[in-house]
Amino acid sequence: MRLSLNSRLSTISALLPALLVMLVVYIGATSWTVWMSLTNSRMLPNNNFVGLRQYELLLGNDRWITSVHNIVIYGVLFVSLALLVGFLLAVAIDQRVRAEDTIRSIYLYPYSMSFVVTGLVWQWLLNPTLGIQHVLRSWGFEGATFDWIVRPETAIYCLVIAGVWQASGLVMAIMLAGLRGVDEEIWKAARVDGLPKWRVYVSIIIPMMGASFATAAVLLSTAVVRLYDLSVAMTNGGPGIASEVPAKFVMDHLFERANIGLATAAATTMLITVIAVVAPYLYWRARKGEVR
Amino acid sequence: MTAVAQPLPAARRPKRMTAARWGLYAFIFVTALYFLLPLYVMVVTSLKPMAEIRQGNLLALPAAPSIDAWIKAWTSACTGLTCQGIKIGFLNSLRILVPSVVISILVGSLTGYALSLWRVRGANILFGAMMVVAFIPYQVFIYPLVRVFSFTGLGQSLSTIVIIHTIFGLPTMTLLFRNYFASLPVELFKAARVDGAGFYQIYARIMMPMATPMIVVAVILQTTGIWNDFILGLVFAGRDNLPMTVQLNNIVNSTQGERAYNVDMAATLLTALLPLVVYFGSGRWFVRGIAAGAVKG
Repeated sequence: MRLSLNSRLSTISALLPALLVMLVVYIGATSWTVWMSLTNSRMLPNNNFVGLRQYELLLGNDRWITSVHNIVIYGVLFVSLALLVGFLLAVAIDQRVRAEDTIRSIYLYPYSMSFVVTGLVWQWLLNPTLGIQHVLRSWGFEGATFDWIVRPETAIYCLVIAGVWQASGLVMAIMLAGLRGVDEEIWKAARVDGLPKWRVYVSIIIPMMGASFATAAVLLSTAVVRLYDLSVAMTNGGPGIASEVPAKFVMDHLFERANIGLATAAATTMLITVIAVVAPYLYWRARKGEVR
Repeated sequence: MTAVAQPLPAARRPKRMTAARWGLYAFIFVTALYFLLPLYVMVVTSLKPMAEIRQGNLLALPAAPSIDAWIKAWTSACTGLTCQGIKIGFLNSLRILVPSVVISILVGSLTGYALSLWRVRGANILFGAMMVVAFIPYQVFIYPLVRVFSFTGLGQSLSTIVIIHTIFGLPTMTLLFRNYFASLPVELFKAARVDGAGFYQIYARIMMPMATPMIVVAVILQTTGIWNDFILGLVFAGRDNLPMTVQLNNIVNSTQGERAYNVDMAATLLTALLPLVVYFGSGRWFVRGIAAGAVKG
């Protein structure tokens, strides 16, 4: 159907906001950020080109190295634990249990809450003087220590605990949808063959659920790169710089330390990392025809 | 991907309680405790006086439940400079939330409609690009946007944060509505065209009324997303409009002297209240929202 001039204009007017956002916000802002990372901008952006100097400085910056180190630990543990817990929860619910809706609501409700709320609750629970450690000791486990949040070498694991608590329900919901999509015939055939249930899950069901795992993994990974609120609310990057993360490094250097060149170099590094993770996934999805 | 897990008919549930079933229920019980523990501790802590909290019975029910901490959190807790409680943040968040949800859904649905039903050159490229950028962390855009807004004179303001939420909600909202409109029978659209209806007429009279389920999903997704936002509100809302999440963090983390854990937990619960109400009130719709918005997250 050929479009009249009138409806063509209408269509273009409707797409104007999206086009504007695309050009100005996404392409424009991204290019500017990348450009600034090649300058020696401090409090205000300037155009003094210094090549990759900021990236050199970044690699020699202790706080950045700690941030990257932390995000790798957090990323690996958070994604794998959330996938594991979420999958186990989905399998448990899929066993035709009673009160399925209630159980599902319990697993998923943390996901409706913000990272700030999540961080503050867990900060309180992990408080060494009055939190879980104290409870364990009062139960008679005198030597129990669970003071991870105040120890530099373990603070990042506290973020993992809180993150997994918040996000496992999401994985559960995605996995459950996947499990419910498994053909009933497969279960019948497995029963006829006398295969134990766990074998069916490991050898047949999990390989079939590649798409669910991929979706969940990508969702969790993007949450990893964005990790900011949780670190701010729970530990504020501390003790010291022990639980700093890249997103917080960028924010602090932009708005507190007035080092725009270094901050944008860090942001650009984040951008490249995300593209490296997401591009193959989107390509894979596009080939499968899911994103039309 | 958009499929929502359906409950299985109860009749197919095994009747006998075997050892494996007991193990299964034990697993569910223990994991449910882990998920409920923080909510429980929040509630009981918020109802205890500080003297009782200092004794250290984190898990104990309050001896004499009191809502003093809630009142203090709402009306007089200090957020750094002022001591007017979390209610300021609550009102700010509401003022940010309502226009942001409405405008982002309007713009997103219109974009999705134009991209799905009207053949325009480059539509697929635009859509594909939007899906890619949805994954990029905010840190990449934030500084240039601050500069652009200060250049336009809007600076940090309510309008700015509403525009920002509309911008960053656009990819998900577009995706949601584009896929929905593309799934409708195309004859509907063709018949309207033959009857002489124009672009905006079809959108307003036919498509949006049919998209009610998607609108519900979009409202849930945007409401929880915008309410829970921290970083955008912090950067773009300005000092007079800081949202509840930012104020909450200030109350809890910038206190001088002894921390009032009961007030902290009451304020935290108050901040979590709206998303929790949306979540428990909407039931399966929330899961639908997750599934539909899963591409971004």
